[in-house]
Amino acid sequence: MRGLKLIAALMATAAALPAAAQDVAITNAKLVIGDGSEPVDGGTVVIRGGRVVAAGAGVAVPGGMRSVDAGGRWVSPGIVAGFTRMGVVEVDGVRDTDDSAAAGSVFNAGLDLAPAVNPRSTPIAVNRAEGITRAVVAPDPRGSIFAGQGAVIDLGADMDAVVRPRAFQFMEWGETGADRAGGSRAAAMAMLRNAFHEAQAYRRNPSSYEDRGKDALLTRTDAAALVPVIEGRMPLLVHVERASDILTLIELKREFPTLRPVLVGATEGWTVAREVAAAKIPVIASALADLPASFEKLAATQSNIGRLKAAGVTVGIGSINDDEARQARLVKQYAGNLVALTKVPGASGLSWGQAFATISSLPAEAIGMGDEIGSLRAGRRGDVVIWDGDPLEVGTAATTVFVDGVEQPLSNRQTRLRDRYLDPKEGTLPKAYQY
Amino acid sequence: MALLAGCAANDGTGSKTASAGTKAPPPGMNKGYSHDPFPSTYRAYPGRPTLITNVTVLDGEGGRVDNGQVLFRDGKIVAVGQNLDAGGADVIDGQGKWVTPGIIDIHSHLGDYPSPSVDALSDGNEATAPVTAEVWAEHSVWPQDPGFSRALANGGVTTLQILPGSANLMGGRSVTLKNVYARTMQGMKFPGAPYGLKMACGENPKRVYGGKGRAPSTRMGNVAVNRATWAKAAEYRRKWDKYETDGGDAPTRDIQMDTLRGVLSGEILVHNHCYRADEMAIVMDMAKEFGYQVSTFHHAVESYKIADLLKANGVCSAVWADWYGFKMESYDAVTENLAILDKEGACAMIHSDDANGIQRLNQEVAKAMAAGRRAGMTITPEHAWTWLSYNPAKAMGIAEQTGSLKPGKMADVVLWNGDPFSVYTRPERVWIDGALMYDMNNPKMRPVADFELGQPGEGDVK
Repeated sequence: MRGLKLIAALMATAAALPAAAQDVAITNAKLVIGDGSEPVDGGTVVIRGGRVVAAGAGVAVPGGMRSVDAGGRWVSPGIVAGFTRMGVVEVDGVRDTDDSAAAGSVFNAGLDLAPAVNPRSTPIAVNRAEGITRAVVAPDPRGSIFAGQGAVIDLGADMDAVVRPRAFQFMEWGETGADRAGGSRAAAMAMLRNAFHEAQAYRRNPSSYEDRGKDALLTRTDAAALVPVIEGRMPLLVHVERASDILTLIELKREFPTLRPVLVGATEGWTVAREVAAAKIPVIASALADLPASFEKLAATQSNIGRLKAAGVTVGIGSINDDEARQARLVKQYAGNLVALTKVPGASGLSWGQAFATISSLPAEAIGMGDEIGSLRAGRRGDVVIWDGDPLEVGTAATTVFVDGVEQPLSNRQTRLRDRYLDPKEGTLPKAYQY
Repeated sequence: MALLAGCAANDGTGSKTASAGTKAPPPGMNKGYSHDPFPSTYRAYPGRPTLITNVTVLDGEGGRVDNGQVLFRDGKIVAVGQNLDAGGADVIDGQGKWVTPGIIDIHSHLGDYPSPSVDALSDGNEATAPVTAEVWAEHSVWPQDPGFSRALANGGVTTLQILPGSANLMGGRSVTLKNVYARTMQGMKFPGAPYGLKMACGENPKRVYGGKGRAPSTRMGNVAVNRATWAKAAEYRRKWDKYETDGGDAPTRDIQMDTLRGVLSGEILVHNHCYRADEMAIVMDMAKEFGYQVSTFHHAVESYKIADLLKANGVCSAVWADWYGFKMESYDAVTENLAILDKEGACAMIHSDDANGIQRLNQEVAKAMAAGRRAGMTITPEHAWTWLSYNPAKAMGIAEQTGSLKPGKMADVVLWNGDPFSVYTRPERVWIDGALMYDMNNPKMRPVADFELGQPGEGDVK
């Protein structure tokens, strides 16, 4: 019986192999490049072999290429969700479906999230329908400040979701880091230094590095995983909120100059924006967190991102501890709210183009993938969305979504449920027969 | 308690016979004990007579006036229309702006789960027994929660119901507050608002108490404990009704049963956390069995599946626009929920259950409205605003006083700097009972809670 199910599953997989990328030009668009520039009317974007060839107002359609007239509607790069747990959690309340954390494992930094990503988890289809095409997917630490290696995924309707496995190491700092290290920030710092020194020892001579198993402060697997971090080949995403904790990390970068830290959360970032900018550390921030939700977020304000941006920091939006398994689609609404702030005296908002960049090119740049995704600049992946209105406006829908140049289905469990119950009353047969 | 009382009195019938002739006179119905021991001390702050002109008005009951005017004076709405006589009132030219009633959130835990969310301030769930109808959310409200100011300044929220959490089948009484900071909870308490009883279906009670190795640990256990409790409450109600009409020895007070008696007599409204369609149907049958009415199912993720049943039973649904999938009972959410309910004629509204969500309920309705339109429904902005103020006011029993811009009602008014269903719009000014409580353009008209004074970020715009 189990074998039969497996065969059926494999056959379904084969049927869902990725469609071929289409060469397509979208014309007559209110075109958003995603690089911080404002939208332009009459724009064209050309995709060939799954990549953007050209995009702009004066771009000609190559002869013989399929052309789609956008009719003046908004066309943008697909949204890049800057920090999520998409694809590794189906239902938070059902432990069996949650691969984001591993409380019982002896491994931490060495955990690799990529194989856990399920391209068929429902949040992927739900978010794809709303124009999200890429997501940064992070693990959640339990027994260490180090959570493991996160991935960048695409939201295409195929079984090949992981774009870049082991794209970064994720670490908790501040209150959560203190808790994971045993109870204090001092313990977190001791854990971090010890781990880096162990990783350096492993790096000097891997074959002589002794794995002390369960008794070790760092397993061989974890030490090996931290080598690319200390060498700067892998970004270190650090969840941090309090200003003093941010400054500690800036100090740490002086001590380990090859480190490539990226601040995640950074609620109090605006109070030390000049220091963050000077250290050239990118930020993936919470957008609208304006409550003193904890003692490390006392200076919370919706102006955080606007002020970081004004100080010259590369800052994108991420969903940190904010329905990160499912609600990446909300980043569009968050970005729109940052535009609204420009009308509030004393607040710091963003222009429309800047706001859109916080959910497209900027999170991509923050994790070192700005040359691949997040904008319609030539050479980027062919992720394009046609919208029925301003994509930052609540209520706007994505009408066509391309991932890597492949047009995507937009139906999902929710659209099927909606269709079944648009007329809620039972008919001549139970609802279970209506599909 | 009830058992002890029975022993002492040697049962009601016996004592009646024994004390015949010296029986104490009846106190009168509902006068056997105080039903309002923590009375509101809220008083409207002084306001100026105000006429707002050149605005798009959504009156909250489905009415709209383009290029309209709103006049209020002495804390009350005087008129909505065009060409009103200012009569010496301050005139605000709202060219290009919109005016609506203040938003009412029927489901909030501000004050009970305040910011900062540390254990020391976490007072929303008395998770020590499956029935704690004896607890009152107002006794946990910290009136200095910084969240109240965000709900006002970013959300245009003027009234909110604070509920106990959902760990218990019967979690306790709710309290309705005006969104005006005060030194005491009583100073925020909405005058005359009925109490609610928070009940909860499904996964939460069975998880919390199943985890403690006691009933309920299943959905059938949930219903069993509820029915046993209602049976007890019916008996308690009978005793007190009899005493208050016939006199004699007063029955022993049971603070838990007081609340349930209030429900059975229609004085206290039931607000039932319930996600799944099948469970809501069971609750409605249980309510019929014991003779009470459910005011509103909260978090009613699957209401769209039984809109006809909800309509037939006269039960409202308070829902989110797009929360889904965080637990099994939220797995079948659709963004069209509100719109489908409304289309089928069932009472529906938005709610937050969230210190962040409460700051953008207008945007949540915008999402629900857009989803409904895409599914082929016609939904006007003026109708959609009923989901934000009038329907919650009705469900909370305060629609006579607030929830729409009708003459004589509380002047709970928001001036938005654009279409309130746009992401680009913010509240510009908010009046509560005709008093200006927030002004975007005046830094001194943004409240700062005690907790925030002297802290990093004090007084920032937020």
